[in-house]
Amino acid sequence: MSVVPAEVLPGGALAADETSGRAPAALGPRARLWPSLCAVYRAQLSRARVARIPLLFVATFQSIGIMILMRGVVDGGAEAQAVVAGSSVLVVAFVALNLLAQYFGQLRASGGLDHYATLPVPPAAVVLGAAGAYASFTVPGTVVTAVTGCLLFGLPMTHLWILVAVIPLAGAALAGLGAALGLLAPRPELATLLGQLGMSAALLLGVLPADRMPEVVRFARDLLPSTYGVEAFARTFGEAPAWGFVLGDLAVCAVVGVVSLAVATWAYRRAAVR
Amino acid sequence: MCAVRGLTKTYPAVRGRRGAPGTPALRATDDVRLDIAQGEIFGLLGPNGAGKTTLVRQLTGLMRPDSGSVEILGHDIVCHPERAARILAYLGQESSALDELTVSLAAETTGRLRGLDARRARAERDAVLDELGLAPIAGRPLKKLSGGQRRLACFASALVGERPLLVLDEPTTGMDPVARRAVWSAVDRRRAERGTTVLLVTHNVIEAETVLDRVAVLDRGRVIACDTPSGLKERVAGEVRVELLWRERAPLEVPEVAALQDRALESGRRWTLRLAPEEARTVVATVTGGAAFAALDDFTLATPSLEDVYLALGGAAQKGLVKA
Repeated sequence: MSVVPAEVLPGGALAADETSGRAPAALGPRARLWPSLCAVYRAQLSRARVARIPLLFVATFQSIGIMILMRGVVDGGAEAQAVVAGSSVLVVAFVALNLLAQYFGQLRASGGLDHYATLPVPPAAVVLGAAGAYASFTVPGTVVTAVTGCLLFGLPMTHLWILVAVIPLAGAALAGLGAALGLLAPRPELATLLGQLGMSAALLLGVLPADRMPEVVRFARDLLPSTYGVEAFARTFGEAPAWGFVLGDLAVCAVVGVVSLAVATWAYRRAAVR
Repeated sequence: MCAVRGLTKTYPAVRGRRGAPGTPALRATDDVRLDIAQGEIFGLLGPNGAGKTTLVRQLTGLMRPDSGSVEILGHDIVCHPERAARILAYLGQESSALDELTVSLAAETTGRLRGLDARRARAERDAVLDELGLAPIAGRPLKKLSGGQRRLACFASALVGERPLLVLDEPTTGMDPVARRAVWSAVDRRRAERGTTVLLVTHNVIEAETVLDRVAVLDRGRVIACDTPSGLKERVAGEVRVELLWRERAPLEVPEVAALQDRALESGRRWTLRLAPEEARTVVATVTGGAAFAALDDFTLATPSLEDVYLALGGAAQKGLVKA
């Protein structure tokens, strides 16, 4: 089986306890935050090549399907704007919240976190790298959904550039939430369930026009971070968008993103060492 | 280089719920004491559930012990578990963190996360993949590889970004002989050139006998023996293992055979006996002549292996160790 003889090496390697009374040996290098974040991000991004369909396409099909359904119900105007914005941000919720929660839940349950925990890498690098990659997976789907929506409902595409801000900020907020849920859930099935619920909430509260809903649901809608991404995006379809409100909504996303990513990093630390 | 004293970890009892019985508290490692010298290939041998992986997780800083100390190269791992990652490379049993990456990217990313800069990580990745013969499949995702190849790819990741201590949890599971040889020669090269120390978890007796310098035998969380494989075997040198394989069932109507039944370890049609050489000769003479012979399918006589050592030391699991 082995070509290695099991005899003692020359040089008295097996001499008795030789560590006693010696200075501690030099430690290997620590991986710095930025390079290791880039390495994790690149590795996670490459997973899209293997799992292309679930990571990139499923969410898009779902959102386009919803818009086609809603076309029979909604007749242009503010409601159409809400539907298109909601469906676009739903792609972000599906991938960054739901799929990332599932990914971290499974990684934690299967012992895959041990791999990272036995490398000298800052916890923030693992969480931010994975969250960044999942936010990136949402880019093609969100853009395709937004453009398709504009064509379906005849909305102007003048301000679609706002997606450059909406995707990363809503992505950060929802990916942070997804990562935290996945890492905190005691069992992987729970992580999956929480991710699904989060996405369903984003679907129901984001896509359906708000003014037809009861007070309680509207309050729940205000609690969901994806709502602010939807609102910011929907405002830009108007004749003269209120940029102040757009910025305000995006700022909420940014704050939620920072907080939820910090919680996710804390959860990762907690999950890695038991 | 690595000193473990009084290491104890108890998993708390789980209360039963409706339909699911509770489990009592389990002492997974019980007052474990080990000393591993530099350049040694040290093995932890024991059946499933003996506490090998729990022990290793405490040595790698993945789990906090309830009490006891772990010192590796002068660093206290219980107080500073984060230092373990900068001293050792760990190959766990799970590959789920790397499954969807290509072999090449898995090795490179691991090297980067071990603190190498991009150029070094790529150079070491290429060297390790060539050394282990993984270059032809470097572009394929781990998920699409066979179990043995995937294991070898994970082993490659563990080698990128050199560490003075390698902790390998059943590294050769599922590997073909060529891959196993690649693993052991890579380990041996590092030991000869850099004095790398290896802590190996195994439940494979043959592998333990051929590659280990010293082995600690674990049983229900306790180290029940620690010596060189040959030193351990000397403890049962006075005994011979006799295996009898019956055609259909043991001929218990023969009084000599019936008398042996109490001392035999039965598994199906196979009886395993550990006997003094003199006794073994008598048993063989009995079963190869007379009425018993008609019922005998096959028999073997063998010198003791580490499995016999384990059983002689009072190991609880009677059939826990793998002989392959």
